[in-house]
Amino acid sequence: MIATGQTLKAVEEVKGRSLWVDARRRLVQNRAAMTSIVILGVVALLALLAPLLSPFAYDEVNYDIIACAPNWWPAEASCRAAGHIFGTDAVGRDLFVRVLFGARVSLAVGLVATLVSLMIGVMYGATAGYLGGRTDTLMMRLVDVLYSLPFVFFVIILMVIFDRNFILLFVAIGAVEWLTMARIVRGQTLSIKQKEFIEAARAGGVSPLAIITRHVIPNVVGPVMVYVTLTVPGVILTESFLSFLGLGIQEPLTSWGVLISDGADQMETAPWMLLFPALFMAVTLFCFNFVGDGLRDALDPKDR
Amino acid sequence: MGALLEINNLNVHFALADGDVHAVKDANLVIHEGECLGVVGESGSGKSQLFLAAFGLLAANGRATGSVRYRGDEILGASPRKLNTLRGGAVTMIFQDPLTSLTPHMKVGAQIAEALMLHRNIPRAAARQKAREMLDYVRIPESARRLNQYPHELSGGMRQRVMIAMATITGPDLIIADEPTTALDVTVQAQILEILRALKTDRKTAIAMVSHDMGVIAGLADRVQVMRFGQIVESGTADEIFYAPQADYTRMLLDAIPKADETPAPSGKVGAPLLTVDDLKVSFPVKDGVFGKTRELRAVDGISFTLHQGETLGVVGESGCGKSTLARAVLQLLPKTGGPKNSGKVVWLGRDLDAATGSDIRKLREDFQIVFQDPLASLDPRMPVGVSIAEPLKSLEPQLSRQVLRDRVQTMMQRVDLDPAWINRYPHELSGGQNQRVGLARAMIVGPKMLVCDEAVSALDVSIQAQIVDLIRDLQAQSQLALIFISHDLSVVRRLSHRVMVLYLGRVVELAPSAALYTDPHHPYTRALLSAVLSPDPRAERAKKRELLTGDLPSPLDPRAQLTFLKSRQNEPDYRPKLEQVATDHWVAEHD
Repeated sequence: MIATGQTLKAVEEVKGRSLWVDARRRLVQNRAAMTSIVILGVVALLALLAPLLSPFAYDEVNYDIIACAPNWWPAEASCRAAGHIFGTDAVGRDLFVRVLFGARVSLAVGLVATLVSLMIGVMYGATAGYLGGRTDTLMMRLVDVLYSLPFVFFVIILMVIFDRNFILLFVAIGAVEWLTMARIVRGQTLSIKQKEFIEAARAGGVSPLAIITRHVIPNVVGPVMVYVTLTVPGVILTESFLSFLGLGIQEPLTSWGVLISDGADQMETAPWMLLFPALFMAVTLFCFNFVGDGLRDALDPKDR
Repeated sequence: MGALLEINNLNVHFALADGDVHAVKDANLVIHEGECLGVVGESGSGKSQLFLAAFGLLAANGRATGSVRYRGDEILGASPRKLNTLRGGAVTMIFQDPLTSLTPHMKVGAQIAEALMLHRNIPRAAARQKAREMLDYVRIPESARRLNQYPHELSGGMRQRVMIAMATITGPDLIIADEPTTALDVTVQAQILEILRALKTDRKTAIAMVSHDMGVIAGLADRVQVMRFGQIVESGTADEIFYAPQADYTRMLLDAIPKADETPAPSGKVGAPLLTVDDLKVSFPVKDGVFGKTRELRAVDGISFTLHQGETLGVVGESGCGKSTLARAVLQLLPKTGGPKNSGKVVWLGRDLDAATGSDIRKLREDFQIVFQDPLASLDPRMPVGVSIAEPLKSLEPQLSRQVLRDRVQTMMQRVDLDPAWINRYPHELSGGQNQRVGLARAMIVGPKMLVCDEAVSALDVSIQAQIVDLIRDLQAQSQLALIFISHDLSVVRRLSHRVMVLYLGRVVELAPSAALYTDPHHPYTRALLSAVLSPDPRAERAKKRELLTGDLPSPLDPRAQLTFLKSRQNEPDYRPKLEQVATDHWVAEHD
């Protein structure tokens, strides 16, 4: 245990690592998380390259092949459409290219809205919790007020003021999702604030901002990650709900939520219309869950 | 005297994710009727698991093999039903933390009576009567009222007495006491040990006393077994173990204990004054319910002292005496707004700290640092220890390059005897003593002029405690460091301090040079504290006449609490006992 001069020389090359470097190493070692990241990457790549991957356009209507099964469909089908590997939808559009275009919207909404809510929520909650006292009360009452606004009403007002717009979708969803995040983070912060290592940091002359970013936030990561993995699917579903009300994505553009709700109507006659978008969404959400779990474990040094 | 409990070749294994842990290895022991067996060992020695295993209380991943006989009856692996009639009836247990061992939503009286109704089939009314007698027996004042209180309404010492009452009420043959006094203050510890001693002599109850503290064992045990790494390394009568230890480990344990009568050896000259505290008062608002009145809890109630360069000031007192609050007030760690009210002056090198702004104080932190009690809790679990040590330096001298930072961290780690290759370890990968070295390194890296040690060695095993105390002394000698050494343990304080300040409910009752305080204490409270100190000397412990304080510390919310030792002024609740000089540098508060 006692270090001599020699051992110091020998270990001179030991590089200081931060939590984040360690976390990356542990994440890379987590097979489920890495597989999920690869799958998510493939889905994202497919979505980006969608126009190049299919001879059909996402809005190309063909009334000759309405709700046709793909050629390889094993079960009986009223008609089959050659070249459409996922079959066609109720107005004869290619389902494959539509699922990939849907992925663009769903992934973008899911990720961007979650990240926005994550950043605002974590910063806001950690600040309120750490500062405490009157600032905390004021900040959290503001959250309460925003909570009490009916969501749909809020979206309609936004639409009326700013016109219908894809960006607004992010704003609207993000503006609601961060509230819960802020509450969770604030609660966690309150308990972490009591810990002795925070006091130790203050005694070491660390500024409040550095305490929040270096000590509080890394220590709330566990519950936050769990909530994030719940938020992504929630956001994707919210988007489809808004689209269903006519407040979100408009035809001929589409999203997974819209495709699934359309497919569900035709479930008995044309099950592929439900199956493919649902499969994509399920796989994606699974992957998000694994990545979230992986991140949480990676950021907890106790868990090896 | 027949054998009550016989344990032969007991082995305990735990199946963990990274392999089997062999927690107890071939343990043999015998407890005879009416005798007290002390089982000593440091944390992780398997001393608790030994008894948990014997009575079928192991965690689900634990496995016990061997033989355990109770009055000749094999009980290892007996049916839960059989064990249940035994446990709580003929064999009862007392654990370390009385709050977690009592059911929070049940009144004390009902909890005590429950055991009696279950094991002895006694009707409720009679059981309650019995419970009350039992509370009287363990010297709980106002026993009738206590029966209707919930555990959280009682103090720690009172709760432990309730536990003892519960453990005794069924008239057991054997009480297993697992670190029963570890969480308690010294004066309360002395009271609890007194009760256990009475149980042994009056009721002829056998006691298995499990403890890490040789002092606790010394006064009580007839025979002692020393455990280390799951093995019993030595056993014998108390006198044999304490006066003629055979095993190296036993000798090491005994040597590590600071003797209360050891000559103090604070080295180094005392220099110019650094810190002056003048009539410091800190009070916290305490609210009774949402709409209740706000009362003031005076944690620190007018404390004045001066600290010189290179000097160690020991601060001694029991929990709730305001010693931690004092440290935080001096270090300006209390929240500026919304929390406690502050008055009085803290002057650092001629500068009034109360007038300084937040960022000024941050810069001054280079001069004064603190080491906390719990080594693990005071380190960020998600930060490698190297980063933790570097943090104060990084905040206070942001211009330093990465290279310089790392060099200074590694040099510092060497100074506190840590392997510098460990910069990437996380706190949970280090032991308690190593973590405390990290805490010390973090405090010392900015080169402070004053270091506050807030119970810095209290959570450590005795052998580690001695090492850390030596380390602190070395660091002090190297850099003319001024130390405020806060502890409830008088013998540790004596080892380090030039002067000692005894606190009682936020006020100084005695302030004197170390030698004078320990040899010639004036205040009754100091005397009670000193007589409660246990020494690892069974003959002296058995013969010792104790000046026991009765009852608990009064509530600091009670305005008359300050006058406990000055009854003649009790009709003047605002009167504060004044300090009087009895000898050079020896100050004592007024008392009757």
